[in-house]
Amino acid sequence: MKKVKIYVTLRESVLDPQGSAVKGSLVNMGYKEVEDVRIGKYLELLISDTDRDIDTLVKEMCEKLLANTVIEDYRFEIEEAH
Amino acid sequence: MKFAVLVFPGSNCDVDMYHAIKDELGEEVEYVWHDATDLSEYDAILIPGGFSYGDYLRCGAMASQSNVMKAVKKAAEEGKPILGVCNGFQILTEAGLLPGALLRNKNLKFICRTVPLKVENNQTLFTNQYDEGQIINIPIAHGEGNYFCDEETLKKLKENNQIVFTYAGDNPNGSLENIAGIVNERGNVLGMMPHPERAVDALLGSADGLALFKSIVKQWRESHV
Repeated sequence: MKKVKIYVTLRESVLDPQGSAVKGSLVNMGYKEVEDVRIGKYLELLISDTDRDIDTLVKEMCEKLLANTVIEDYRFEIEEAH
Repeated sequence: MKFAVLVFPGSNCDVDMYHAIKDELGEEVEYVWHDATDLSEYDAILIPGGFSYGDYLRCGAMASQSNVMKAVKKAAEEGKPILGVCNGFQILTEAGLLPGALLRNKNLKFICRTVPLKVENNQTLFTNQYDEGQIINIPIAHGEGNYFCDEETLKKLKENNQIVFTYAGDNPNGSLENIAGIVNERGNVLGMMPHPERAVDALLGSADGLALFKSIVKQWRESHV
């Protein structure tokens, strides 16, 4: 069994109004050091043992459904699940 | 002419769409559930607004992978008219039938009001009953209607005259170049954020949306004599 951690973020070229709003709040709270906030998604997948190449599988899932590559980037980590 | 109104779990403008076709346009129409695999008996496919699959993950993402969308792709290849409104537009971009993507509104607010639209292209099968440059009043109701695409795609959209509607007043959602609706290259797939099906009776504020559905029928009748 593998645990896959997937991070989906808006591409740098895409404006993130949600992140901007949160940055505004942090600055208002006195955290003037905050230069930028970007908000993304975190997904955790549990994948049973398979003969197929898990890297390829996860990449497929990201490209087909989990991320929209027109506006989003993704990266993932694979680890043993306990 | 026979229309299909697709229904996904979470569709909520399907009844409006059905009413527009059946009662205002006077054409035949049926609801089609999202797991249907065959759309061959329909002459036009309507993908209504709502919150398919709760808009979880991304608006329209899960709906774009449903069974019926394979049949929609086939219908698109056959040249049948396909109209996606609001969530329907999001589904069409997610399915790759239209370029670009819909982002969260720039001001982060859900906007629900009637807006003026400019008919940029009246040479499509969806707009032949409008004048070019005509201003029409159509309601919008969305939280993620901010159209985005890369520069290369935008250039293509302009070159091929694929931008069909733009917001004529203030840009309500931050949409690129005020884009409110686009067609595919072939011109038989239209996606738009405003709701023409909610503007089919003057009693409800505007009947400007009816001409869109009349355009589809006119084109179909001319090619099926």
